[in-house]
Amino acid sequence: MTPEAMVLDRVTRVPGVRGALLASAGDGLVVAEQLMDGVDGRAAAALAGALVGRLLRTTGAAGLESPLFVHLRAEEGSLLAAPAPNDLVLVAVVGPDANIGLARLEMLDAAGRLG
Amino acid sequence: MSDEIRALTARLADEPTSLAFLELGEALRRRGQYDAAAKVARGGLSRYPGLADAHDLVGRILSDQGDLAGAFDAWADALRLDPMRSSALKGLAFLYFRAGDVPAALEHLARAAEADPDDAAIPAAIARIERQAAGKTPPPEAVHLTAPTVAPQVPSPPQPATAVLTPPPAAIAAPGAPADSPFSDFSDGERGLLLADANGLRLGGTLTAPGGGEAGDRVAAELGGVVREAGRASRLLGLGSWHSIAIETPAAFLVLVPPSGDTVLLASREPSMPLARLGLLAERAARVARRWLERGS
Repeated sequence: MTPEAMVLDRVTRVPGVRGALLASAGDGLVVAEQLMDGVDGRAAAALAGALVGRLLRTTGAAGLESPLFVHLRAEEGSLLAAPAPNDLVLVAVVGPDANIGLARLEMLDAAGRLG
Repeated sequence: MSDEIRALTARLADEPTSLAFLELGEALRRRGQYDAAAKVARGGLSRYPGLADAHDLVGRILSDQGDLAGAFDAWADALRLDPMRSSALKGLAFLYFRAGDVPAALEHLARAAEADPDDAAIPAAIARIERQAAGKTPPPEAVHLTAPTVAPQVPSPPQPATAVLTPPPAAIAAPGAPADSPFSDFSDGERGLLLADANGLRLGGTLTAPGGGEAGDRVAAELGGVVREAGRASRLLGLGSWHSIAIETPAAFLVLVPPSGDTVLLASREPSMPLARLGLLAERAARVARRWLERGS
């Protein structure tokens, strides 16, 4: 198992996580993915990449460093993103009942390991 | 030592990584052994930081000990992990009511009722608070309620109180804030609260950069794009409409909430404030902003 696959495996083991992927932050291309049926990896990578890019500009405008973790909470679930070294971003799509706290810890740990 | 506590202590000693700490901590708390209960609960929490039950237990113990600000943090953490946890919602409702913030107390009780429709005590508490609010409104320091017991109890009729609550951070008026601001009721006025429209224009509030300069207009200009990307991402990923975005940076936490379809509110604080508590503050600020926008339209 590659290091990327191991990272994704740990994240997707968290209850309620529908899928996780590693994408290039710059162009939103998928580097590795582990997704349930019904989750479009390419769309998730592109959309999360665009959102994180916007948030990078927002925190920059506020005089802050880059985000360590982003949690977009929506009606039917959440989109989680943890920017990682080498211009990568770890993304997870989770259901409304997911253990967000555990997913966050796993993703922050995983993003650190990718450095 | 009771048989129950002896048995639970032995079980936890045999299996230190088990969840027996939840029962043992609760049993100790019920017997009034708060220090021992807190020690057990903290030990369990260190092993299971993502477990809402553990934060909830800490909230109950701290509430019994009179550390109501600490209880607020613990229940807010529990809610962050489990947004529909009725016991934590009731605990926060109790604290908000103690702080004199009746709307926030009612909102939390309404959410608790939604999460636990079989709990008949919740609608009764809502009715009691509404009756009280319709009559005379006593100042917060005059409101005495029983602290949460076995599970956080909904506010009940006045009882002798032993603890003093430090009001939640958003519940203190800011004497210096401009009267035409949506955020004039907040503790440190407009600093760290920003309201922008979908075109990236600042409607109210200010945001101070770490270096001390004003960053509100620059940040507002970016927020229009964030709102569009958030709406697009949540819609196309089948997540429905978005409710909030929490952003962690090394020097600050930020929470974005849309008070209306074409505005966004940003709340920012140092990381010493738990993110879940900042989320509550942002939600409250969004309600205030919504009313302010409605008055202006």
